Amino acid sequence: MKKFLAFVQKEFYHILRDKRTMLILLAMPIAMIVIFGFAISTELQNVDVGVLAPNKTSSIRQIINKINANKYFTIVKEIDNSKDIDKSMKQGDIDIAIVFNSNFNSDPKIQIVIDSSNPNLANSEMFYISSILKDYFQDANRNINLKPSIKTNTRMLYNPQMKSSYNFVPGIMGMIFILICALMTSVSIVREKERGSMEVLLVSPVKPIIIIFAKMVPYFVVSCANLLTILLLAFTLLQIPMNGSILFLCLISLIYIFLSLAFGLLVSSLVETQVAAMFASLLGLLLPVLMLSGMIFPIDNMPIILQWISNIVPAKWYISAVRKIMIEGLEFTYVLKESIILTVMSIFLIIVALKKYKNRLE
Amino acid sequence: MEIVNTYNLVKKYGETYALDGLNLSINKGELFGLIGADGAGKTTVFRILTSLILPDSGDAKILNLDIKEDYKEIRKNIGYMPGKFSLYLDLSVYENLKFFASVFGISIEENMDIIYPIYKHLEKFKDRKAGKLSGGMKQKLALSCALIHKPKILFLDEPTTGVDPVSRKEFWEMLKMLKSQGITIIVSTPYMDEANMCDRIALMRKGKLMSINSPKNIIKDFDEVLYEIKSDNMYQLLNDIREFKKTKRAYTFGVSHHLILEKDSKDEILEYLKTRNHKNIFINRVEPNIEDCYLQIESLYE
Repeated sequence: MKKFLAFVQKEFYHILRDKRTMLILLAMPIAMIVIFGFAISTELQNVDVGVLAPNKTSSIRQIINKINANKYFTIVKEIDNSKDIDKSMKQGDIDIAIVFNSNFNSDPKIQIVIDSSNPNLANSEMFYISSILKDYFQDANRNINLKPSIKTNTRMLYNPQMKSSYNFVPGIMGMIFILICALMTSVSIVREKERGSMEVLLVSPVKPIIIIFAKMVPYFVVSCANLLTILLLAFTLLQIPMNGSILFLCLISLIYIFLSLAFGLLVSSLVETQVAAMFASLLGLLLPVLMLSGMIFPIDNMPIILQWISNIVPAKWYISAVRKIMIEGLEFTYVLKESIILTVMSIFLIIVALKKYKNRLE
Repeated sequence: MEIVNTYNLVKKYGETYALDGLNLSINKGELFGLIGADGAGKTTVFRILTSLILPDSGDAKILNLDIKEDYKEIRKNIGYMPGKFSLYLDLSVYENLKFFASVFGISIEENMDIIYPIYKHLEKFKDRKAGKLSGGMKQKLALSCALIHKPKILFLDEPTTGVDPVSRKEFWEMLKMLKSQGITIIVSTPYMDEANMCDRIALMRKGKLMSINSPKNIIKDFDEVLYEIKSDNMYQLLNDIREFKKTKRAYTFGVSHHLILEKDSKDEILEYLKTRNHKNIFINRVEPNIEDCYLQIESLYE
């Protein structure tokens, strides 16, 4: 035990004395939360609309006013002929063009032209603008007293304002712990191999398990501090609700942190240089977390093979559990599956890492 | 009493043999030197004996313990200082020492008497970071850390490489002092002049042992006549004596060249050099040193 504490103390010295690493470790989560929470969002904002209306009848004017009144859309341009639509779009003046036919009063027809170079954005633009138009026509028809058509009433559960930060915060948590735990532990172990101090440690009666667990402790502490900052920022700055139990959220996070640490150990036992450790962690861990965890791209839309692969990405399970607890406010029993999967994965990784850890140099 | 024995150690890296059937035995209490050029296999011997790597074939015993089976027991009883400085640069002198003491489950005070003659040079820098020490100081710290647990055998892999001559001399004094305390020391060095400090040396070449003996006996076994030779144009001189058909070996040694000729051809070479326009030729018979012996033995293997 005394040996273990001596190792832990040494690891803390390494981290605390490396100011740059310290800064990265503590500032990265904050930077990520701020960047993803504020700057990067998939929400609609400031959509510029152009209008082509050969005759401006009163109903057309009403529609235009209705669109303009919406906070997402601004009418910026009136277009005279259909050729100019393409031109304005290419110049970036407008994102959407709304085209009314010339005999709108007798036979109303509306064409919507959308710049869909960003398909996600185009999709939501279309969705928004059609609901504005639908709304208008329903109002207009009510006056003529037609038979009411089927009316759909949509309610967005758990995230009524469709804030993208609700989606990103769990994702960032999944990413940060992998980065800090896996990347930093693997680099710090491999650094000892590279510098030759591992040689000296091996030629001593210390058991490998002591060396390894002592490496994990400081990063575990740092990760817990990060968990705290992320949650604080999420609640205060991004105003994400905490619908479920914070205790369960911490519990599942601790399991995930432990799993990431085990990942780092495995990486460190497989590579020989710090650069290799960095690449392995970034390519092998960060990329799947970004792509296959459901953080950015919905897993259900992926090809079936990628869906299978996503099952072995731990972040997928973690992010899904965090969403369930934090946003949906579910009880722990609903994330039991995720917790069990993550626990099994960590045990498996730690066993493999210990098996792979060599008592000798090669 | 023999404390280290190796039997036909073989270690291959890819196609090259780092060790090619090495047989060594080292006595208890000896200051034993492994001498050889880079790539002779010195570090590989150390790594096998310290249980860091396994040989491809062959056996070795240390303190009567098998390096494959009993490595845990071996690691308790040896101290190892790798060729590269391997302590923690961001820890202070004292922290490094304390850490390595606790690795072996002891306190610094317990074995201070052993390391004190070395540590006393470091004491006034004890709060300085290891990375900020000079080369000689680093070596002393590394030696202190390797000794802190009172090992029975000390392995030092090229401890004086990259260290200034004064510190080198000091370092060897320390080794002699440690030897007098009964610690067996196995040290490797590419510097032939350091070989004289050892009780016995092993001359290694390409993973093989060429000779193992005391430095005195190795010099005694030198059975050729060795000349030192100088002239005004040293560079041309070396080329010319190498071209001379009765030259066996010629190489630069300090400010002169060392020359081994076939029997009774000294006068002949002087004549020859005069035809090559050398002026102020100086030739003199000298006693061989370890380097001359190494090169002689090496030439037999070529």
